[in-house]
Amino acid sequence: MSIIKTQYNRRSFMQVSAAAGGGIMLGFNWLTSCTPAQTASVPKEWFDINAFIKIGDNGNVTIYSPNPEIGQNVKTAMPLIVAEELDVDWTSVTVEQADLNTVKYNRQIAGGSQSIRHGWSGLRMAGATGRRMLMEAAARRWQVDVGQLTTEKGKVINGKESLGYGELAAEAVSIPVPEEVELKEVNDFKLIGSKVKNVDGKKITNGTPLFGLDYKREGMLIAMIVHPPAFGLKLKNLDASKAKAMPGIRDVVVINSEPADKQWSDNNAFPELIAVVGESTWQVMKAKKAVVAEWEEDTPLESTTGHEQKMDEALATGKGNVAREDGDTAKAFKKAAKVVESIYSAPFLPHNTMEPMNFFADVKPDKAELVGPIQTPESLRKSTASLLGLTEDQVTIQMTRMGGGFGRRLYGHFGTEAAAISQKMQAPIKLIYSREDDMTQGTYRPTYKVKYRAALDENNNLIGFEAKGTGVPGSPLFPNRYPAGAVDNYRAESIKIDTNISTGAWRAPRSNFTAGIEQAFLDEVAEAAGKDPIDFRLELFDRAINNPVGEKNDYDPKRYAGVLKLIREKSNWDTKTPGVFRGVSAYYCHNSYVAQVVDLELENGKPKLKKVWCAVDCGIVVNKEGALNQVEGGIVDGIGHAMYSSISFEDGKPQSQNFDKYRLIRYKEAPLEVETFFVENDIDPTGLGEPSLPPVIGALANALYQAVGKRLYAQPFAAQV
Amino acid sequence: MAAYNISVNGKSHQVDVDSDTPLLWVLRDNLDMVGTKFGCGMAQCGACTVHLDGSAIRSCSFPVSAVGEKKITTIEGLSADNDHPLQQAWQAHDVPQCGYCQAGQIMNAASLLNSNPNPSDDDIANAMNGNICRCGTYVRIKAAIKSAAEKYS
Repeated sequence: MSIIKTQYNRRSFMQVSAAAGGGIMLGFNWLTSCTPAQTASVPKEWFDINAFIKIGDNGNVTIYSPNPEIGQNVKTAMPLIVAEELDVDWTSVTVEQADLNTVKYNRQIAGGSQSIRHGWSGLRMAGATGRRMLMEAAARRWQVDVGQLTTEKGKVINGKESLGYGELAAEAVSIPVPEEVELKEVNDFKLIGSKVKNVDGKKITNGTPLFGLDYKREGMLIAMIVHPPAFGLKLKNLDASKAKAMPGIRDVVVINSEPADKQWSDNNAFPELIAVVGESTWQVMKAKKAVVAEWEEDTPLESTTGHEQKMDEALATGKGNVAREDGDTAKAFKKAAKVVESIYSAPFLPHNTMEPMNFFADVKPDKAELVGPIQTPESLRKSTASLLGLTEDQVTIQMTRMGGGFGRRLYGHFGTEAAAISQKMQAPIKLIYSREDDMTQGTYRPTYKVKYRAALDENNNLIGFEAKGTGVPGSPLFPNRYPAGAVDNYRAESIKIDTNISTGAWRAPRSNFTAGIEQAFLDEVAEAAGKDPIDFRLELFDRAINNPVGEKNDYDPKRYAGVLKLIREKSNWDTKTPGVFRGVSAYYCHNSYVAQVVDLELENGKPKLKKVWCAVDCGIVVNKEGALNQVEGGIVDGIGHAMYSSISFEDGKPQSQNFDKYRLIRYKEAPLEVETFFVENDIDPTGLGEPSLPPVIGALANALYQAVGKRLYAQPFAAQV
Repeated sequence: MAAYNISVNGKSHQVDVDSDTPLLWVLRDNLDMVGTKFGCGMAQCGACTVHLDGSAIRSCSFPVSAVGEKKITTIEGLSADNDHPLQQAWQAHDVPQCGYCQAGQIMNAASLLNSNPNPSDDDIANAMNGNICRCGTYVRIKAAIKSAAEKYS
């Protein structure tokens, strides 16, 4: 039993009800999620135990999920951690999306696969603190020492006597917050590590309003935007006379959504936009087409051919930032018996969340109320306050469930746009992007190009490794990741290229490219060395374990090797099956370790995905069902984008605008069997929203090489096989 | 603007909209049924799938004037209490991640099972290929359809 101090964000644990009896009425809340066995009985009174927990007099428990939900399933996993330490039956728990309140909840961001990792200690403490206060309330009631009490499934137990949490909640709220609490041993977890269904599963499958696009307010108008058709253009003239005269149209206005006090999340190529506002979506969509806008060049218009040329020049002759240099690579390459050299590339990618960008805003002179899908609600509140000239406490942001994030909703310009439109119209509005608006307004995954070189000595040992990376706008390299630390002579150099195309984080930023190409290149090097690809990688990990080069290595080689060994065993790597072509990969990013094997077969000469094997070390697995789903989804997502997806530019104009010309992976193209194995350990958990995506691109490329006999260097692959 | 009488989930509704208004926006804006989703507006992603006399259509590209006497079923009306075998299977297999496309996936799968209660793997693949899931839940969609089909047939 570990005892920890509750100093971590103590304000979260302060009582919010003043005293016993200060219960609040249960109101209808559309953000509430019920677990399947939720009983019909409704508490007469609720008691706020702390910022995360509310207990009803009938024993029902409400747990607030602090972070935005984008499909990574934190709305189930984060409350599950609280419920574990509170020691309640999951069927008695209702989950509610918490308000934006970073004083109480700290990091309310969906990004970087960090919700579980950062939330873990605080969520456990919230549950354990609540449990302790209920136990102390019971001890007072029974006039016994609290040390002799235990809990089980929402009850405090004293020998043969027991009291339900609901019977104790009114008294528990007046118990002082304990200075320190006991946490459960990992072995005693009942909920953590089990398979728990998505708390919104029922609502998702019966069409209940959940998403930002579903939000509606009496008197609300619909707004859509017209943004410049190309990066580099800005508005010169607007003739909205025809659009304004159309039925249901209230106005056509020009807005500027850029706050005076810009933050990193205000990443937006088109701060000035035309907004069409009307009574219904279809009327606005039609009027949008009737807007006559003249655009002028603000900055030079860029094209994909120009980007390619600049990246080629950068790799051939450019001098960049040498982020890491171990030993002397020039010397190593001079004495090498074999040199392997390859250049890999990938295109820009839009995020294409299935729910297009949207936001509701109701701006009044002294306050602004925003509702919608946002991965960075705190940043949006700051930006909105700055834009409108309000204080932050005059701005509220309500988080809805999001129809996908993938990084796109880190950049909340659609929120400030909604606020600017509402302010101008003096009315509540819901801003809706069309798919075309969404796909043609970044923030895209940057395009990348990397040259790798490897030097092998006469005994086929890796003695030198060079990575030179560029991209528009930046290089994807992580200089301190594997194989740095496993090679005596190592060099990583990065070159930037300026652009006016807005780019940003896209699920597993940079890793979504570097993992795949690094793992494909290591396959090439292993082949040149005449070694099995897993043996070759393990040799390097042995080096990094026993005699690491440098001190800044950003990985634990033992855990890294662990997932690779596990996948070797589980996938029967060493047993060859005729007709099955296999590729392997391993990668560490977002604090979790993943190794994968992709199995392909040839059908009529075309490669067909059969199965993906996956080993994961993310420490303790919180919700096994959600974890499996994330791993599967990341694998399909990675394969899909590497095979099919690309967006190009001509004179600044995105050449795909909708799913007729932009390819996302579809049912028939996906692997329909994924088998995942988790390393069992007691290490604090790390996230899974991203880590399974990057390496699968390498395993795919390596399997494709086995199947079709040629290495693929430029994503997307589909047209080349 | 013109008045249209349409039958949605067994109830008759009168709406006063332009004749070219897609059924999707009639459902979402006029009837407050927002379970049917907007994804692309050009029948490429399947998020807006509803039934017209039991068969799947893409409501984003289906004008309200073309509905006529035919009966529309949306995700809200697929079952009385969320107990259609597909809705149950979707929950049992914990299919959704973000969940946004899933109403369309379920309605598309329900249309398949209406016409083919015992579909082969190829039948499922052919039927579901028009519905995009950006989260990549295809593995679970397949499993859910197969287990629902067992109850269906």
